[in-house]
Amino acid sequence: MIQDRLRNKSVGIAGCGGLGSNCAVALARCGIGRLVIVDFDAVSADNLNRQYYFLDQVGQKKVQALKDNIRRIDPQVEVSAVDRCLDPASVSEVFRDCQVIVEAFDRAEMKKMLIETVLELMPGKFVIAGSGLAGYGNNNDLRTRRIGNLFICGDEKSETSEAAPPLAPRVGVVANLQANQAVEILLDHFSRGRPERRKT
Amino acid sequence: MKIVLNNKETELPVEQITVQGLLRAMNFTFPLIVIKVNGELVKKENYDRVQLRKGDKVDAIHLISGG
Repeated sequence: MIQDRLRNKSVGIAGCGGLGSNCAVALARCGIGRLVIVDFDAVSADNLNRQYYFLDQVGQKKVQALKDNIRRIDPQVEVSAVDRCLDPASVSEVFRDCQVIVEAFDRAEMKKMLIETVLELMPGKFVIAGSGLAGYGNNNDLRTRRIGNLFICGDEKSETSEAAPPLAPRVGVVANLQANQAVEILLDHFSRGRPERRKT
Repeated sequence: MKIVLNNKETELPVEQITVQGLLRAMNFTFPLIVIKVNGELVKKENYDRVQLRKGDKVDAIHLISGG
């Protein structure tokens, strides 16, 4: 059973907005053993157009609200909720026991910080980043590119603007591309006693 | 010389170029970019020190806000 093989795996989620909240829920539904979710923000009403929170959670800390939501889906998933803003030192600390780290920040500076920190200071770990997801339409532009231990999900071009805000469908596609990639890495790379299904 | 830039064979009209030079030549002025050469991360402070060689595989990843 896939759930059984994921029960001893840990994934770090850096940022619990549109990408992070949806990705975490997808991984929880697959039966992941442990999630380390990190964010410093609180749920606001304008997050509800794409993030996995509910109206009655507005004002709550995102990590606590997401932990509650995951518990309602599968209480067996262990969730470590870390309420803080990440920097290189804390990235290597909080995600120490995770095999895969999902980059789910909003701001590009933070994306760069996380990717460079994991690749530089955390050898052997995989990072799955999201880049380019604003607006609507163009289904087939959303894809995954692998460069070594780094995976980039998104179209690598759509910038957020007033005419192209981040919306649930495209954000959800990218969040689930990230979750799907994490599952593939965990099952094919970190599961022992089973040959790699295929090379990417 | 030829390099592979973002999975595409790219002919450069020079025999020697640094990462910094490549970014300028390709007009990659985007402020937030992650560069990998042959799979190894190159940080910004080393862009003008890392020389590219014929056949190098360069990945330039643009990081775009939104999530």
